[in-house]
Amino acid sequence: MDAIEIKDLTKHFKGFTLDHISFALPRGCIMGLVGENGAGKSTTLNLIMNAISRDGGSIKVLGVDNESREFNAAKEKIGIVLDEAYFPEVLTPKNVNNIMKYTYQNWQESEFFSLIDRFRLPQNKSFRDFSRGMKMKLAIAVALAHQPELLILDEATSGLDPMVRDEILDLFNDFTRDENHSVLLSSHIVSDLEKICDYIVFLHQGKLMFCEEKDRLLEEYALWKLTKEQFEDIPKEAIRGVKRNPFGVEVLVKKDAVADVFPAEHLSLEDLILFLAKGA
Amino acid sequence: MHIVISNAVNQPIYGQIYRQIKNSILSGELKAGDMLPSIRSLAKDLRISVITTKRAYDELEKDGYIDVVAAKGCYVAEKNLAWIRETHLKQLEDHLRNVRELAVSCGLTETEIIEMYRLLQKSE
Repeated sequence: MDAIEIKDLTKHFKGFTLDHISFALPRGCIMGLVGENGAGKSTTLNLIMNAISRDGGSIKVLGVDNESREFNAAKEKIGIVLDEAYFPEVLTPKNVNNIMKYTYQNWQESEFFSLIDRFRLPQNKSFRDFSRGMKMKLAIAVALAHQPELLILDEATSGLDPMVRDEILDLFNDFTRDENHSVLLSSHIVSDLEKICDYIVFLHQGKLMFCEEKDRLLEEYALWKLTKEQFEDIPKEAIRGVKRNPFGVEVLVKKDAVADVFPAEHLSLEDLILFLAKGA
Repeated sequence: MHIVISNAVNQPIYGQIYRQIKNSILSGELKAGDMLPSIRSLAKDLRISVITTKRAYDELEKDGYIDVVAAKGCYVAEKNLAWIRETHLKQLEDHLRNVRELAVSCGLTETEIIEMYRLLQKSE
């Protein structure tokens, strides 16, 4: 069964339309949501949590329609982290534990404190004295301590240093050792997504560009560095993106539409997304 | 068992896993009946995609190197590995026959061919 199933999701705002988005996150997988600022990533996540209501289409989360009554029970099984962690400033992690104990039915105190230990967070320091990285770690500890099956994270790794980000990615990697656990995360930092995702969803100006298995994506395309003359010889239908400089051309091609006659450069997911976004 | 995933080589990740597990089996490092790591734990340990790992295991199963037993695990197949080795030797022989024909047409001596092979091995 899919952890999240979205069909023809549509939402209109003034000046922005999320346009018939469809994708599914299979259980046990990690899916990354990429796209420029204003592409519709946060809107999609908000629609999944039914924090804003949709204009059309359907969303099923953990098997239930998110506008149905049963969704309230399903929320117990979802952990959420937004790009800013908000807790009252005077609270310490110990206080947070005491509050969450009465908020979530499945709250696991031992799990929470072992995460606090793992992240080396001080138990008795108040939230206002936390650094950005510490705040984010606390939010992630809270999201994981109530035994969720699905984690949803909106830009949770942005603004953090590479060490902290790596630590957090490791945690998501471990979380999905259980085949019932799934993660949906959005990020600008494409290299983070490349490290851990099974699937990549690419949104561009409110439209779904693709939802693909990450490794297949990188196999399907090739990046070539060519002279202008060489470039002229490539069949136009194979070209997905072009970057020119005074001395030559970098071109992204679909491998199955052209014979592979030129040596392929190392293609990162980030390059791929940039080429495709400009070509679109 | 060693599995090294490299971004420097121009080979898809599932192919790298497939080849390395296959080689471990053919070399005898992994014996028939040996249990392989589960798809999920291998993927998570290597920090690669679960789907990619599954693809490698599917290929290994299709080609008869491993058995996937539902809800139990993945095992090195009992299937006659001697036969697999035999077919590989046969392929090698065919290739060598081609090499000989080409060498004759280019007028290369045996020593020159061996030297060529050595150079190839060094450059790899």
